[in-house]
This record gives sequence, structure tokens and C-alpha cells, in this order.
Amino acid sequence: MDDAARLRLGAAELLLTAYETKKPVDPLVDLYPGLTLDDSYAIQQVQIEHRLAAGRTLKGHKVGLTSAAMQRQLGVDQPDYGQLLDDMFFLEHMAVPAGTYLQPRIEPEVAFVLKRPLAGPGVTVAEAVAAVDFVLPALEIIDSRIRDWKIGLLDTIADNASSGGVVLGSTPVGVGEVDLRLSGCVLHRNAEIVGTGAGGAVLGSPLSSLVWLANTVGARGVVLEAGHVILPGSITASVAVAPGDTFTAAFAGIGSVTARFAKEETR
Amino acid sequence: MTRAWDLDSVATELLACEGERRDREPFTDDWTDLDLDTAYAIQDETLRRRLARGERLVGVKLGLTSRAKQKRMGIDVPLVAWLTDAMVLPAGEPVPQGALIHPRVEPEIVFVMRDRLQGPGVTAVQALAAVDRVHGGAEVIDSRYRDFRFRLPDVVADNASSGAYVTGPVGLDPSGLDLTSEAVLVEVDGAVVDSATGAAVQGNPAEALALAVNDLGRRGHALEAGWVVLTGGMTDAVFAPPGASIACHFTNLGSVHISGGPREDS
Repeated sequence: MDDAARLRLGAAELLLTAYETKKPVDPLVDLYPGLTLDDSYAIQQVQIEHRLAAGRTLKGHKVGLTSAAMQRQLGVDQPDYGQLLDDMFFLEHMAVPAGTYLQPRIEPEVAFVLKRPLAGPGVTVAEAVAAVDFVLPALEIIDSRIRDWKIGLLDTIADNASSGGVVLGSTPVGVGEVDLRLSGCVLHRNAEIVGTGAGGAVLGSPLSSLVWLANTVGARGVVLEAGHVILPGSITASVAVAPGDTFTAAFAGIGSVTARFAKEETR
Repeated sequence: MTRAWDLDSVATELLACEGERRDREPFTDDWTDLDLDTAYAIQDETLRRRLARGERLVGVKLGLTSRAKQKRMGIDVPLVAWLTDAMVLPAGEPVPQGALIHPRVEPEIVFVMRDRLQGPGVTAVQALAAVDRVHGGAEVIDSRYRDFRFRLPDVVADNASSGAYVTGPVGLDPSGLDLTSEAVLVEVDGAVVDSATGAAVQGNPAEALALAVNDLGRRGHALEAGWVVLTGGMTDAVFAPPGASIACHFTNLGSVHISGGPREDS
């Protein structure tokens, strides 16, 4: 095994351990100076394959770093992606058990569900629209296995793009029935408004995010599969989750979705 | 040097700063016990002088309607200030750089009143029922204070950082519109920089309208039929320098475009 392969395995093991122990690790760029983008995606892939080998199944992808604010904050000019496994999906109104995550935050998104495979590179917006079966309101739970969310681009990519979980709503809407760019979203924590935005906050349009994902994973030989869920990116800034919180995201023309988090004592 | 400011001299200085395109330090640096009642009296005095020089009163604007800005200023209600016809920016006109000090643009929900409303005691539902049309709009805010650094009485006296405003091309009956989910996407030079919905404005722009009516009522004024009400910035304000191109795209209320005007080097 060469040094690069050893580095990737070692970093992946660190992160897999952090999932188990719920204890975050130091930023990988501090532990592994010289880490590259390819290393980071490889570290992500080692963890995904480990979980698939343990019986999990791939259910889709998420795109992160899609807002102007997040890209400014991390000093990047493009998004990143992570992978969604079956054990990351929670049902609406059923409490997410306390202690599931290390330092969870929440983001409202409009999820795409595909009816046919989307194979990049070279996918256009037109082809992406034609491949979408319907959209669903969604709340993505993001989490970081890196201490205090001290992440750069390379850390978050290695950490499965800071994926945590997802709660899908139950009101499918045709992709042609709603203006994905200009439709509004209001995020409530308990009864308080904690964020608002328009779909276009996601790379100018959530569809641009879907196209970017198809073409980026396509270049690595990965096809977005029929039935898979694609989370294109958050419409508002992310909001910290505390035990006992209830979040509702309402999307104009699409409906709403609610995520509940169990109180600590019901653990 | 410490000057002994009073209502009259502060009003004179604010209008002079505006006319000479000059910024200054906040009055509360010297006048440390300037209170809100006096600040509103200064605001009313500047209006009286604007009207005396021929401007016409066309409505009111709300300031500090977002929770984040209110927290920064340590208040829990927004402030209300005056709009005159001199502040109207016709559609397609660039930001009047020659008249403003450090203009910033923010997207707003704009009401045009059908009925006169007299507060206090007016509810959001009653206020909305008196609205004729709702428009998308953009306000070009400006401040007579250096770097927008001020305390609450300073900004009240300074007419809530008024500058100019544009109303969008689409005017709708508000009764069929959910203003909490009406969204705006803000683009600068074609790149998305921010977005929000009407819920960012006091929870609902209709609540901001009711607050304005009730605040005016306490000050002895009604909100008159035909008046325009700018309900407050939905997003943070964006800078509007020469050469910039700003677009505010609303879900149902059309788009408002504002140019920063020609680049200084062109």
C-alpha cells in the first residue's frame, strides 16, 4: 500500500470512528498537510463503501456549498457533493433520536426525485428537467465529524459533504408546476421564523445544482439513478438544532415538511 | 470641540449633510441624552422644511423591520419615517450618485393605500383590508452618518436613512397573495447574492403596515388614502456603486432593476 492509499484509509477510519463515538476529530487538513481534492473524495468513498458492505444502500446524493454566502465563507467558487444512504432517512413527525448526531444543523431544500437515470458529463438543464419525476419539500440535517465545524472544502468533502440525514415531506409536485427559482421558503424553529429565501439562492436555481451534480459525478463514472433523491442545496443559512426542537419548512407551491428532534431525557 | 445641539440645529445639519453630500459622526456622540421623542421631533422638523421648500408628502417607510437589525440596535419595534416625492426614483433611472453619500439597495414589499387608516389599535388584517395594491420595490437607503454608524435616536432623526425608492411594474390586490412566502432573489451583476421572503419583514409585511399606522397614530397622524408604504428591507442592503447592476426578482410581483449608473472611469 502506498502512502496516499494509507493516508486515505487512515483518514476514513478516523471519520468512521467519529460516527461511532460521537466524538469529533480535528480538521483533516491539520492532521494531513498536503491533502488534495482527490484524496478528500477518495476518503469519502472509502467510508461509503464500508457502510455499503455493512448492508446499507445508496439512495441518492446531496450537493453542498451552493450559496454565495457559504462559498464566500469557505473561499471556494464551486459546490461539493456527498452521498445519501438508506439509514439517513427519517420519517416526518417521528422524532429523530437524541444523540444521533454530533453537532446537527438544519437546512430547507427542495428535493428532486428522478424517474430515469441521469448520466453526465454533458447533461443539460433540459435533460435534467426531463429526468425529474417530482419534487418534495425536504429538511436536510447536516452534521460535521470535524470539531466545531472548523471545515474547509477538503474537510467537508472527506466528511461526506457534512451529511447527516434527511426528512422528506409527502406532497410531490411536478417539476413544471412550480417556479423553482423564485418560489419562497420560510423556515420555522418551534414557532419562530429563523430563515427565509428563494430557490434561486441555490446556485441561481436548484436545477443548476442537479446539472452540476450529474456532470461532476458523471466525470467519475457515477450515474444518478432512477428513484434516487437529490438534495440540491439549502435555500437559507443553516440553523443549529437543539434537543426538543421542531422545524417546519414551508415552500410556496410545494407544501411543507416538519422535522422533530427528541428531547435529551427521552434518549 | 463640543457643540450644544438642539432640535433646530440638528435638523439644519441633517438637511445640510444631505444637500452637500457630506457624512458626519452621530449626534449622540455629543448629545448623549438625545431621546426618541426628541429624535422624532427632529424628523418631523426636517419634513416640515422639505414641505416648505415644495416637496410633497407621499407616504412613509419603515426601518429596522428585520429581527437581526432590531437585535443589533436593541429594539423590538421598527421605526417609521417620511417619504416625499423628491425621493421617488423613476423606473429605469440609475441610482442618483450625485445626490447620495453611500447608497445601498434593499428589496421591499410596497403597499399603496386605498383607504385612510387611523391608529392606534389597527390590526394587521384591518390594515391589509385598506390596501389597494401591493408592489415589489427597491429602496436606495443612504445615511448622513459616516459608515452607517449611528444609535437609534440618530437614525430616527435622520428619517430612517431615507434616500430614494423605486416601485416595481406589477401591482396586485393583496387579498389573494401570501406575502409571507412572496420571495425575492437579489442579483448583483448577474450573480445571486441574497434571497428572502416577506416573512423576514416583521413576520409579515401586513404586520409592519399595522405597526406603521399605530406608530403614526401615537404621533398624531393618520395614514392617508393613496399613500405609499415601504415596509422595510427583506434582505441586507447591497452596495450600489457606479457600474453595478442590481436586480430584485419577486415571485409574483415582477422584477425591479437598478443601475449604479456609469462607472466613474468610463
